[in-house]
Amino acid sequence: MSLHIDMETKNDVLLLRLSGELDHHSADVLRAEATKAIETNDIRHIILNLEQLDFMDSSGLGVILGRYKQIKQQHGEMVVCAISPPIQRLFDMSGLFKIIRLEPTEEFALRVLGVA
Amino acid sequence: MKNEMQLQFTALSQNESFARVTVAAFVAQLDPTMDELTEIKTVVSEAVTNAIIHGYNNDPSGTVFISVKIEDSFIDLEIKDEGSGILDIEEARQPLFTTKPELERSGMGFTIMENFMDEIDVHSELGIGTTIRLRKHLAKSQMLCN
Repeated sequence: MSLHIDMETKNDVLLLRLSGELDHHSADVLRAEATKAIETNDIRHIILNLEQLDFMDSSGLGVILGRYKQIKQQHGEMVVCAISPPIQRLFDMSGLFKIIRLEPTEEFALRVLGVA
Repeated sequence: MKNEMQLQFTALSQNESFARVTVAAFVAQLDPTMDELTEIKTVVSEAVTNAIIHGYNNDPSGTVFISVKIEDSFIDLEIKDEGSGILDIEEARQPLFTTKPELERSGMGFTIMENFMDEIDVHSELGIGTTIRLRKHLAKSQMLCN
């Protein structure tokens, strides 16, 4: 199974809905597509909806941290929502929640960034 | 009952998914929990990715070798490359340490392997390659044995 990326922009917020598997192979695709979307749409904030993501490893953490650094330059914020327990463990282990906000659902995440 | 399997494949990122799914299918006969299966898939993914990126420096002429042994409720995994080897194993195992920050590597691979498995042994020689041995005891099977 590969990674499917569903992208939507709301003002300066990029909403990324990921489904399938995020590993080293698919991380390259996500990096290229998200970077292009951030640069061409003047994106400041990112919402990552991981509800349909079945698998992720440390390569996923790397590409997420990379996009966080990218929007940090625009003083933006990253919000992760609808995360599954196994993937949440990886985030906890790496300490990513110290810099990335966690919300239970996409609706909450959109509200936090004022684009609900 | 003792059961074994071996796998070898080209060091291509396309094969990371193949490797973890194949190992998971083999160990499924021990009836692991979903969490245990996810942990095994994740550590296979980490070790194979390390072999491809660090061992072979993304050169697809290399080969990754996997061996899995299952006996009672124990899983023994061995993931091997014949690549460049690790200069400093202790340093490589530190959380967030990476030699390839430009590739957006998180440096969490070994930390995840240590957390998801019961035992880890890393053997590496410069110019010869790296072998990672991992052992896991399945909790559910342990209950059945007792």
